[in-house]
Amino acid sequence: MNTVQPALAVDRLRTHFFTKAGTVKAVDDVSFSVNSGEVLGIVGESGSGKSVTGFSILGLLDPPGEIVTGSIKFQGEELVGAGARRMRSLRGNRIAMIFQDPMMTLNPVLRIDTQMKETIKAHRNLSDRESYEESLKALDLVGIPSPPERLKNYPHQMSGGMRQRIAIAIAFLNKPDVIIADEPTTALDVTIQSQIIHEAQMLCEKTGTALIWITHDLSVIAGLADRICVMYAGRIVETGLTNEIIDRPQHPYTQGLIGSVPSHNKRGKRLFQIPGMTPSLLNLPRGCAFKSRCNYADQVCGKAPEITSVGEGRYIRCHHPAPERVAG
Amino acid sequence: MTTSGNESIGTETVPSEDSGSVLKESPLARFWSDFSDSKVAVGALLVLIVIILAAVMAPLITPQDPYDLAQVDVLDGRLPPGEKSYNGYTFILGSDGAGRDLYSAILYGLRISLSVGVISGLLALFFGSAIGLLAAYAGGRTETLIMRFVDIQLSFPAILIALILVAIFGKGVDKIILALIIVQWAYYARTVRGSALVEKQKEYVDAAASLGLSHARIVFRHIFPNCVAPLIVVGTVQTANAISLEATLSFLGVGLPQTEPSLGLLISNGFEYMLSGRYWISFFPGVALLLTIVSINLVGDQLRDVLNPRLQR
Repeated sequence: MNTVQPALAVDRLRTHFFTKAGTVKAVDDVSFSVNSGEVLGIVGESGSGKSVTGFSILGLLDPPGEIVTGSIKFQGEELVGAGARRMRSLRGNRIAMIFQDPMMTLNPVLRIDTQMKETIKAHRNLSDRESYEESLKALDLVGIPSPPERLKNYPHQMSGGMRQRIAIAIAFLNKPDVIIADEPTTALDVTIQSQIIHEAQMLCEKTGTALIWITHDLSVIAGLADRICVMYAGRIVETGLTNEIIDRPQHPYTQGLIGSVPSHNKRGKRLFQIPGMTPSLLNLPRGCAFKSRCNYADQVCGKAPEITSVGEGRYIRCHHPAPERVAG
Repeated sequence: MTTSGNESIGTETVPSEDSGSVLKESPLARFWSDFSDSKVAVGALLVLIVIILAAVMAPLITPQDPYDLAQVDVLDGRLPPGEKSYNGYTFILGSDGAGRDLYSAILYGLRISLSVGVISGLLALFFGSAIGLLAAYAGGRTETLIMRFVDIQLSFPAILIALILVAIFGKGVDKIILALIIVQWAYYARTVRGSALVEKQKEYVDAAASLGLSHARIVFRHIFPNCVAPLIVVGTVQTANAISLEATLSFLGVGLPQTEPSLGLLISNGFEYMLSGRYWISFFPGVALLLTIVSINLVGDQLRDVLNPRLQR
């Protein structure tokens, strides 16, 4: 439908973990695409397969995880089944990742400059001096004061916000086309969180990088993403433009998610909560995975709903989509 | 929007800059202040330094070269400590059956014992940790194969394996070192593999992989430096073990050749005189060996306490 080739297109991706206890369908029939300069939010509870989607794209699945079917196209190039060498040359270079916990993602025994320079040198033929200059520029870009001193520091000498900014600087070092941010603000204070989001947003606008922002926090993504995918139990249940999703959610799960966000105009009222828990991915209920927690479930929901278009770029996986119902 | 963002960034740096100055104290200074908590360990370290210095400077501070037969006079044999030699110098610690000055022989023996221990320790550390890292990082069948082999080797007493190897290789410093490496690598492999398995699960390894770094770089530049602390501890203890193992082999007569007496050989040489009251020929080399091994072990113990984050106060 788009004449522009998307930066990254995931089509009917299935990533399963073949454990002794059974097959875990962590990602089950997931499709989405991001264009350059666009921010795509992926929202879902823990265990809904958001992170595994990210790891699948980078080809960093550890056994017993495996991409079963589907395709991941990076600027038209198929990544499923691509060679290890090709994947390594893309990773950190054309596709970068930002991880959840900034306390854990920087190597504690290596200085910041070492970690930044090696990322540059792994992909570009630059001298030590040149990579140092690049690192300085990158730190400056993410708003770290006095970069020359900071480069000489070890990770433990910095605050969490500072470290996450460094992690973002490292992700942007080689000016990638796609960045996958896996809950990068979850471990941070709210004030730092908004700064980090601001930085990431600015950088993507400046460089035209496509950003995939994975989070469990709908309020984070609401002000950041252009489009949102809502994931539940390894599947995308609803996708569309951010305003559409936030203002007119159609899937009962999305409605529940929005209803459970505390906000000022709900003060004094009881918060809505989705009853029950995320089902175990080991033995998902037959049919719609959400039916046991859904108020609108009936006999039809015993059959798994297909993802269907309900408007321009708007898809939903539900037998009872309801634009007018808003929970909470 | 941009200016307000920058302002808030500016304020955020203040506390972290503070915490930076608290940690201004260099890592080495912090390490030393932790290490010097134990007076015993500091004493042991001093003894060890004196022993190493004495061994290194042996030719400068001894009256006699015990390996130079022209300087050794059989007429000086079995003199008790304090006696004067035929050439006029004093045997501070007495002389052995061949007329060697024991003080000189001990320092020269220490040189051999220490260098055999340290060289074999370092080489075993090198090979052992490389194999251990490989096992941990590769996982699967490679890991099982390597680690079961390590288990089998470690189920035999070290001395038994060393004896067999020396019997195969024959005498000589190089052969002893080779035998000691083969005996010791498994300890290092097991230690490194254990900590590398823990490190491998940490997110920074995923992060390094997500940056497209090569396997070799991830293993040696990212995982290995994080496994160094336990290695240092095992390294010191193993060096002490290597020295005592070498002394044992030499004592049994299968270690170093007679012409290059290490401490073990000196002890064994004096053994036959023990019952005739000439205690010094075995006693003083024994004391030197004991001091060396005990001080290395005490230093190693304190290193373990300092470097183990779980014991940090």
